[in-house]
Amino acid sequence: MQDGRPAPPTTAGHNVSLPERAFRIRRNALRMAEVQGQGYIAQALGVADVLAVSYFHALRYRPGEPRWEGRDRFLLSIGHYAIALYAALIEAGIVPEQELETYGSDNSRLPMSGMASYTPGMEMSGGSLGLGLGIAVGMGLALKRKGSDARVYNLMSDGELNEGPTWEAAMSAGHWKLDNITCLVDVNRMQADGVSTGVLNFEPLEDKWRAFGWHVQRVDGNSIATLVEAFDAARAFAEPKPRVIICDTKMARGVPFLETREKSHFLRVEPHEWAEAIAALEAGRMA
Amino acid sequence: MSSSGSRSDSWRGDAALALRRQEAADPSRPTLTTSAMIASLAAEGQATRPAPFGHALAEIAATRPEIIGMTADLSKYTDLHVFAAAHPDRFYQMGMAEQLLMLAAAGMAHEGFVPFVTTYAVFASRRTYDFVSQAIVEEGLNVKICCALPGLTTGYGPSHQATDDLAIFRAMPDLTVVDPCDALDTEQATRAIAAHDGPVYMRLLRGNVPLVLDAYDYSFELGRAKLLRGGGDVLIIASGFMTMRALEAAEALAADGVDVAVLHSPTIKPLDAETILREAGRGGRLVVVAENHSVIGGLGEAVAALLMSSGVHPTFRQIALPDAFLDAGALPTLHDRYGISAKAVAARIRAWLG
Repeated sequence: MQDGRPAPPTTAGHNVSLPERAFRIRRNALRMAEVQGQGYIAQALGVADVLAVSYFHALRYRPGEPRWEGRDRFLLSIGHYAIALYAALIEAGIVPEQELETYGSDNSRLPMSGMASYTPGMEMSGGSLGLGLGIAVGMGLALKRKGSDARVYNLMSDGELNEGPTWEAAMSAGHWKLDNITCLVDVNRMQADGVSTGVLNFEPLEDKWRAFGWHVQRVDGNSIATLVEAFDAARAFAEPKPRVIICDTKMARGVPFLETREKSHFLRVEPHEWAEAIAALEAGRMA
Repeated sequence: MSSSGSRSDSWRGDAALALRRQEAADPSRPTLTTSAMIASLAAEGQATRPAPFGHALAEIAATRPEIIGMTADLSKYTDLHVFAAAHPDRFYQMGMAEQLLMLAAAGMAHEGFVPFVTTYAVFASRRTYDFVSQAIVEEGLNVKICCALPGLTTGYGPSHQATDDLAIFRAMPDLTVVDPCDALDTEQATRAIAAHDGPVYMRLLRGNVPLVLDAYDYSFELGRAKLLRGGGDVLIIASGFMTMRALEAAEALAADGVDVAVLHSPTIKPLDAETILREAGRGGRLVVVAENHSVIGGLGEAVAALLMSSGVHPTFRQIALPDAFLDAGALPTLHDRYGISAKAVAARIRAWLG
């Protein structure tokens, strides 16, 4: 690691490639959605590469000790992306794989919307959108108070760019020069009511973050090599500024017949299609 | 369609002007100017203590390094500036961004710090409810939200008058809600909430705060109501500065031979059901709940629900602010107008007793 920090631990050995991690995260998500018969699966498939690079390249953590003081904090601001994070937490060995089948059911640690009180590795309750970055500011300030070198990652959606508190927090992180915060913005261009920029235009997005005092990168969020470079560049950047990596992603990435469905904020999948989706994903893995 | 939409072509100020002309004819009713943003509640010559919250917090924090202070551009108006002067490295000015204030406090508390967060009660309750609910209280985080201008303590009008904060925060599960009476109560409540592990909303009296409870055998205990004086005719259950008003009214009524007991209940939630039921259940007394808050959702309704559901049915009356957006003006005028001055409290109780 460039800054001398130890390499992030992994459960299944270091020889598993990042594309393979991303594949397994997608497959975990599809299996959970199949159990429930529904879910924010398009978002999960879209953000899987960002999560693979986060959990298997960038983050420092101990799988068996989710509250370890030295861990990097990963905030899931978008509560309905919980299925994606559970898929990553299972792959990271923080949540046991056998709990996958409990997703969204009664008496499960894996509720449909992510809550810190339910799930190991879930750092905040994020169903009300726009909370994550402000919490990251408090954590960033707190870690500096403690003299900790742990980092805070906040994963948010482009829809959360609509929320006022996101910009209060962006201004504050710039003001306090919180270089221990990295914000990951998943720009999949789809919100509940339609195409994001049509719901409320947030472009030009890089200019906005830059104006708030952030180090800005905008990358293809489905290119693992590009993401690795971006995470490394964010970490290596020397100036005391918070970092944002704007990740342009494709909804339902990895399952071509789902990628083409237009209304994909809450994707309808017929019962027989789950097996087809996993088969399509497997086909992509072989390719 | 007119530019005023559905509103009639008149202003609320028209009624105020009419009242002004009417009162000008009565030389015993001086027209006062609007008090300062945060007017002192102290009567002339009344003993006060300066910034009881700020001084208490600064002292507690001297041995509690995890305590930090955070504000949204209102440190001077919430007495947090006293803490900031004592512990400058532990003071966080978050800017006039109340939503961020609550979120950042949550982040700090996630990391083990104990943030004391200050703003005005209107902003904490109305503007940041979701943030307090979801980022702080649902997660059980140890954040103390301490807010100035509770109820009717400013003449600046509804934008600053938190007449609904108790109703709003009482509805939040797991949140402790505190409404202290005077300087002594504020100091002791600050210590108590600092010692308590969990989220708290506390109403704050700031500036030169009257000192009243030192004359009684009283100390603040979280979750406990305390009987300040006994009396066989009337029981006033009160919180906040209305306890002060109740004590004054009780003195005035004693001169008329009316015996008034005063039960101070500074913890609004969880309510001290045991003490309230015991006192209210002692038959034959008129039970009056007095509070610096709207008739809706505050101490009055909390006590009424407790009594009803427990089968305790005294004659019950409520002294509280009306369910309305209140007028702007001078505090003494407004306290008289809305029936929460000591004089008005005594007059209403006399009328109820017949």
